[in-house]
Amino acid sequence: MKGENGPLVHELFGRGDYGLISEIVEPGSCVLDLGCGEGELLAWLAEHKDVDARGVEISPAKLQKAIAKGVSAYQGDIETCLADYPDKAFDYVLLSQTLQEIRYPLQVMKDILRVSRRAIVAFPNFGHYSVRLAHLFNGRAPKTKLFPYDWYDSPNIHFLTVDDFEILAARQNWQVERRYFLSGTREVKSFPNLMAEVAVFVVSNR
Amino acid sequence: MVATTHSKQFESIELESGVVLSPVSVAYETYGTLNADKSNTILVTHAFSGDAHAAGVDAEGQKGWWDNQIGPGKGFDTDKYFVICSNVLGGCKGSTGPSSINPATGERYAMTFPVITIGDMVTLQKMLIDSFGITRLLSVAGGSMGGMQVLEWAVRFPEAVASAIPIASTARHSAQQIAFNEVARQAIMADPDWADGNYYDKKPPGRGLAVARMVGHITYMSDESMRQKFGRRQREENGIFEVESYLRYRGSQFVDRFDANSYLFITKAMDMFDLANGAQSLVPVLAKSRTRYLIISFTSDWLYPSYQSLEIVSALRRRNQDVAYIELTSNYGHDAFLVEVDEQTELIRGFLARTMKEVAKK
Repeated sequence: MKGENGPLVHELFGRGDYGLISEIVEPGSCVLDLGCGEGELLAWLAEHKDVDARGVEISPAKLQKAIAKGVSAYQGDIETCLADYPDKAFDYVLLSQTLQEIRYPLQVMKDILRVSRRAIVAFPNFGHYSVRLAHLFNGRAPKTKLFPYDWYDSPNIHFLTVDDFEILAARQNWQVERRYFLSGTREVKSFPNLMAEVAVFVVSNR
Repeated sequence: MVATTHSKQFESIELESGVVLSPVSVAYETYGTLNADKSNTILVTHAFSGDAHAAGVDAEGQKGWWDNQIGPGKGFDTDKYFVICSNVLGGCKGSTGPSSINPATGERYAMTFPVITIGDMVTLQKMLIDSFGITRLLSVAGGSMGGMQVLEWAVRFPEAVASAIPIASTARHSAQQIAFNEVARQAIMADPDWADGNYYDKKPPGRGLAVARMVGHITYMSDESMRQKFGRRQREENGIFEVESYLRYRGSQFVDRFDANSYLFITKAMDMFDLANGAQSLVPVLAKSRTRYLIISFTSDWLYPSYQSLEIVSALRRRNQDVAYIELTSNYGHDAFLVEVDEQTELIRGFLARTMKEVAKK
């Protein structure tokens, strides 16, 4: 069962969320990628969409590769690096598959929406049926394709679902401009909290 | 690659102090070829004791000080870029300095040489660049005092600098950095042979200058690199420690190639340099620049510690200016910027390629 009801999403560097982001971001925008890794996405956006691309990465080895690609990235911690930036410095701040690893995700989201007109947040959906089944039948911390780590060495410290994010957005009065739900390379149209492997939200302040 | 040092003379230069120095010469070398629209020039600025000979091999068989980074296929790829390096104003390697003849008196300037600043060094470099008909540099790059010139270029001539690479540098000296320079200056001036700077054509203040250089070399290394290089090993023939022997050798070698008065004037220029011109914050001054930055520091560099680079990075972020920053891991202390080749090559190559693309777009 792979959400056969949706259209095919084009992948970028083997990732559906990157594919979506590459379509959402308008040409010529100013983009900050939090946790930019080796900078593939930013280098692609700079090259193909003429984006003013910036990145933050904590791992020196990955950062070095990102800068070697010509990406303006620097070593920094996602939770503290945003404080320096002026309000609305960016058109988009990207937080791709990182929200669940941050100690204070709500504070980071608030900071993002201060420094950027929009946030694009992608995260693995802990409500996916495979996770629920793994927990139900094994009685152990879920270890699935989406959450492939043993509980003791997982970088994930928060386990949120599509519905959790929607509820937080409503409480914080964020505007969810667009939402995409992916299962593999297909878009999920129904029961996203159960069927989506990855959720991508485009969020702004009201 | 055989390198030749050229020289250009200008009628005069007006210094920040208001003094007009006339005439003024600048020694320089170039590598690679200037392209048709003159958009591929990189100015490389040297550190305190460097000179115009940055790359290739000179007539005496000496390699340039950044030969591992400048050349065909290297970080500053001379197959693509036109690289210029000049000796700083106040230096002793072909550019006008205290050891030059003052045409008004027919004598060496010695201590009558006017006070010079990092800004004055940059002004002379700008005159050189202008003489090539180059209006915009693809990049200005340099380590240590070279990095100060890079920063000065970016804020003094914002439209003339597409990108800037300050390495292991600072926007202003700390008390500690000034203190080490002062010890070195006092060592020179305490040498009776210094004779108030009038030692030319006599015995130069070799002992003082050597001590000054020894202090310098200690600050360029790290505890770790000294332990690795020397440990507590002693020389068999005379029982002195390897580290003593090394410092004495470097000190005595330096006396043959550097002018003591240049030492005084240039270190003073470094100490006086303050990009923010006395202001607390670097944000307003850096906001003037229209430049992409690649800033590099090294973990074991205690002379120009990473916090000094981070201060610049943080100020650039305040205005959301384009900056890449990395602290590279190295045991070599401040010397790392000349020694750690591979990582820097990769970073510089990627950064320049991207800059070249953006310049071509506009």
